[in-house]
Amino acid sequence: MYHSYDAVIVGAGGAGLRAALELGKVGSVAVLSKLYPTRSHTGAAQGGIGAALGNTEEDLWEWHMFDTVKGGDYLTDQDAAEVLALEAVETVYELEHWGLPFDRTPDGKIAQRPFGGHTHHFGAGPVRRSCYAADRTGHMILQTLYQQCVRHNVQFFDEYHVLDLSIHDGVACGVTAYQVLTGEIHTFRAKTVLFATGGMGRMFKITSNAHALTGDGPAIALRRGVPMEDMEFFQFHPTGIRNMGILITEAVRGEGGILLNNEGEHFMERYSPTLLDLAPRDIVSRAIYLEVRAGRGIAGKDYVNLDASHLGREVVEAKLPDIADFCKTYLGVDPAAEPMPVQPTAHYAMGGIPTDVEGRVVIDEGNTPLPGFYAAGECACVSVHGANRLGTNSLVDLVVFGRRAGRDMARYIRENDFVPLPVEPECEACDEVDRLLGGTGGESVADIRRELQQVMMDDVGVFRVEAQMQAAVDKVHELQERYRRVSIQDKGKKFNTELLEAIELGYLLDLAEVTAESALARKESRGAHSREDFPERDDENWLKHTLAYRGESGVELRYKPVSITRFEPKPRTY
Amino acid sequence: MNVTLKIQRFNPEADDKPHWEEYQVEVEPTDRLLDALNQVKWYQDGTLAFRRSCAHGVCGSDAMTINSVNRLACKVLMQEVGKKVTVEPLRGFPIVKDLVVDMDPFFDKYRSVKPYFISYEPDPPVERYQSPEERARFDDTTKCILCGACTSSCPSFWGNREYIGPATIVQAHRFIFDSRDQGTNERLEVLNDREGVWRCRTIFNCVGACPREIDVTRAIGEVKKLLLFNRMV
Repeated sequence: MYHSYDAVIVGAGGAGLRAALELGKVGSVAVLSKLYPTRSHTGAAQGGIGAALGNTEEDLWEWHMFDTVKGGDYLTDQDAAEVLALEAVETVYELEHWGLPFDRTPDGKIAQRPFGGHTHHFGAGPVRRSCYAADRTGHMILQTLYQQCVRHNVQFFDEYHVLDLSIHDGVACGVTAYQVLTGEIHTFRAKTVLFATGGMGRMFKITSNAHALTGDGPAIALRRGVPMEDMEFFQFHPTGIRNMGILITEAVRGEGGILLNNEGEHFMERYSPTLLDLAPRDIVSRAIYLEVRAGRGIAGKDYVNLDASHLGREVVEAKLPDIADFCKTYLGVDPAAEPMPVQPTAHYAMGGIPTDVEGRVVIDEGNTPLPGFYAAGECACVSVHGANRLGTNSLVDLVVFGRRAGRDMARYIRENDFVPLPVEPECEACDEVDRLLGGTGGESVADIRRELQQVMMDDVGVFRVEAQMQAAVDKVHELQERYRRVSIQDKGKKFNTELLEAIELGYLLDLAEVTAESALARKESRGAHSREDFPERDDENWLKHTLAYRGESGVELRYKPVSITRFEPKPRTY
Repeated sequence: MNVTLKIQRFNPEADDKPHWEEYQVEVEPTDRLLDALNQVKWYQDGTLAFRRSCAHGVCGSDAMTINSVNRLACKVLMQEVGKKVTVEPLRGFPIVKDLVVDMDPFFDKYRSVKPYFISYEPDPPVERYQSPEERARFDDTTKCILCGACTSSCPSFWGNREYIGPATIVQAHRFIFDSRDQGTNERLEVLNDREGVWRCRTIFNCVGACPREIDVTRAIGEVKKLLLFNRMV
């Protein structure tokens, strides 16, 4: 089937929905999601959305910008960080005007709490910048944005899995999608295409990410010649439930929770004297790893304790009810009375599809836009998070850059005509579907995926070293070769999720390859990319963004400069 | 531990009607039922279809009937369900395939009650003020993840598919009792109907089914009282 829209948005999480709300008045919009929109992973975000409202204590957007730049270990593009910090305030008020039920201060304003890496006076001490709704801020943001889309009659295509992007003469002109219900292939012609497909944590064995987060948007763009930026920077959140990856929000530490080793020591005092447990996530994750390595993990094992019992039952039940529920359900642990076992968990991709601050996808060192193609949210790399993302900055990234992408798409729609689709735009996607349905090679999707997740977790994780990263690259190549010989049992057309999981595995393999190659090449430690063989940050040689292209002859790496406007790079200590 | 999963299967492209299949899986007591279903799908029968995403009870994708009770598969631990587990799709919705049901009628009803913030006053330059007490008034119903467990556990809904259902009433309640919202009358018009709140017979199945532990029957009761006495109780 064939459709035509001025704008096609792929992904119905916070960024995609926010962009859709900008476009309704300008032209026809279709939002395609492989899930029902309210299932999107924005809904799992817990801790808060960061904005310098200054409701509880003094705060300035300039401080937020600085924290974002330093939090990103100076790889953050400062023009992007400025936009984020400035526009955060009005976009948070906008969400409240749409009914978002923030928690409130006694005088009725939006309540704010401290969060990792957010400071006043350029690093003097923690500041209350995280605007929150209990510990389900993401759920409220997703629901509120979806409600507004319902109000404005946004056109949704639910459970349409996008398989390809169409480009004609260097201009984006549509997408190809697989309708999950019927197995039918749909061609969408569009003036503008926005990818807002979220993260790719399912490359790793222990992850906070949903099963659906397989990096579809980045993988498709990569296959169409768009480079992936800064893929080596993958954040490991310090406090995921041991072995399960389920996230325990940083807000626990924001409310006063502390990390303890097997000696009952508050060990962050040694690693981060000023911010302690509210140091940025990469620093805390490394601290936990080092404690475990020194034999100070709980019972000598691979985790530490997060203790919130001193906060009192009232605080835990009022401010942190959802994580209390997770702990009780999955561990039989009551956080108001006992500590929670936690370990670093693959959580967030700082890298992704490169864009400028308008959300336009840019494809080279000179930031040349690919006309009509946009990206926003976790799948994009503006780069507003640099080498490490601060907590609460993702939710604000979604609404700020989702809105900006929507606005620029609206401008583009007014100023441009449709471009013809290539001949048979859906044929490559159809061929891949047929190949997987007809495969007789006998390789198992589940086995290949499990092996991929294990090697990435072991060798491209919190601490990296050359020999292991090289081994990971080699292993990924082996798995990509075995992937060519995958067979699946389900040959049906209706709700064939086995086929879709096979397609998603292909995406994960390509993205793992560029991640490992980018990491292997970067011979320094910066932010979340931490190398035991190159433990220092090297601004002279490496203050630059990686651009990884993937073509016939494998991965090619190029580099582009970082935007530095207000803050000169300095050593990053807290 | 070794567990038998008895799963209701239905392939619309091959079967006339649903039938049972049994699978043996080896699981840890602390594994989720979703993990057991994945074991079947990934290592035994790839054709098994079910929705899932977050795997920790916040997205609402994997609501299904487990040992005759509506639960989210990712919130049920194997140690709770014993050696033989019966897994069926949610009742009351058309079956698409295996454990996947057609959720469109559910979302259509949701949309019919204007489940979005309505205000007739201009937006202030900053936030609208709301006291912590006012905020607490509607906190319970903000938790709804639209999983469908409540509506599909309701005998009134099984008896009459036109019933707007507990989930939609919960979504309306969230706005009706939000001090900032001004769309109460419009929503009450939709709910003040034989197929609206008045179909509820206070059976309480919804409260048992809700994975977010929302007091659904109470919320429905509060809307009924508002209609009867024209007061915010």
